[in-house]
Amino acid sequence: MQTQRPFSLLCELTYRCPLQCPYCSNPLDFARRAHELSTPEWKRALTEAAALGVVQAHFSGGEPLLRPDATEIIRHAHDLELYTNLSTGGTLLTETLAGQLRAAGLDSLQVSIQDADAENSDRMAGGAPSFAKKIEAARLAKAAGLSLTLNVVLQRQNIGRMEAIIALAEQLGAERLELANTQFNGWALKNRAALLPTRAQVQDAARLARAARERLKGRMEILYVLPDYFEPFPKACLHGWGRVFMAVAPDGTALPCQTAREIRGLTFDNVRERSLQKIWFESEAFCKFRGTDWLPEPCRSCSRKEADFGGCRCQAFLLTGEAAATDPACSLAPRHDLVDRALAETEAATEAQLIYRTANASLRISEAGQPIGSIGSRRRQTPKLPGPRE
Amino acid sequence: MNVADAAKPRLTAKARLKWDAVRQKHLLLFPEGVLLLNQTAHDVLALCDGRRSVAEIVQTLAAQYRGAAIDADVKAILSRLAEKSFVAMDN
Repeated sequence: MQTQRPFSLLCELTYRCPLQCPYCSNPLDFARRAHELSTPEWKRALTEAAALGVVQAHFSGGEPLLRPDATEIIRHAHDLELYTNLSTGGTLLTETLAGQLRAAGLDSLQVSIQDADAENSDRMAGGAPSFAKKIEAARLAKAAGLSLTLNVVLQRQNIGRMEAIIALAEQLGAERLELANTQFNGWALKNRAALLPTRAQVQDAARLARAARERLKGRMEILYVLPDYFEPFPKACLHGWGRVFMAVAPDGTALPCQTAREIRGLTFDNVRERSLQKIWFESEAFCKFRGTDWLPEPCRSCSRKEADFGGCRCQAFLLTGEAAATDPACSLAPRHDLVDRALAETEAATEAQLIYRTANASLRISEAGQPIGSIGSRRRQTPKLPGPRE
Repeated sequence: MNVADAAKPRLTAKARLKWDAVRQKHLLLFPEGVLLLNQTAHDVLALCDGRRSVAEIVQTLAAQYRGAAIDADVKAILSRLAEKSFVAMDN
């Protein structure tokens, strides 16, 4: 089968961030990976990506607006005729910067909030109070004529306030509302006892999302994806490994998924040393789990193998220790008991302590000799992924 | 979604048409997604400039397609894309 070309490139401009969300998708050892790509290196990577077939560039972090060259890099992507999308925590956005981003050709801006109100959002984000600045950022984005998406990571402590979150998104005039259930890798897996919702919560939320989607049709797009743990079959993570998506980490490491660093034993190439073209078609990491030939049983003889490609490699590795195992989220997986047990614990749970994503926590955790996970919850879930649809 | 003859459709801020030279395909790009467009969908979207009415778009394309009856097709395409907020209908 001929390897198809990627549609989408995620550029994680920096791991630095004023927020400390305990479900952050950055690696647990982010504080040890501080050597960021320069402006020319990012521009070269984008130029190579466009030649390879990438049509969309997503800029995230950490907080991408901590890079003073964020606008310049986005303008370069725009000049290459890439669709550009920026995900920010919003705390650093000013009227001037919003105007500059618009002038640079930014197509879409995503601002995260952690909950529907200041008290709860600030508690989840950690660090200095941020909610008021985020709301102001959403307002500035609209005023500058940018297309606005409001992003909310859903977890046990905010999922009961979906109605208020939806009302806030309407009030801010967001064109899209992304209600992303936490993906339990990296920091989120560390905090799973405090963040995993109950089945009843997830079902209520799904009902509210469906009703809002219907009510707001044509005015606001609502993205809500059922979380893996609550569905019988896993998702085709990123539409399949090495199929439509690639990520470049702040230090230039090219990844089939921003979480893939979790997987011990895989070797990743760096855009400082190899072209994106070579990395996509030839690197060990991208080839290893591409397609269906590598699949274990019961996936290999499963009729769904072209639909989900065996699920998420990072989740398989983090839960079972085997990257090539069937994703335990699948009800047919030999180790589905791991997910069932986590769910049973959640139903009985009392309040658990949150570990915030701080540099100190990162250094402590990655020193302790535990398998260093990376990344996690904000990993993109299938239906909202860049993927070819006819 | 109902599509009136007098409505003047245009692409919304988040949506963009692109000719993909690498794949030799017309694409509709939007936040975190791509639609591969067939020729008809592309031709309809290329005329959604906020000035032409739906009736005018149908007329233009009918001429281009040698008089084919495409009224229902055009409206179906616009309705689907309006539901996704890729197209806005100004009256």
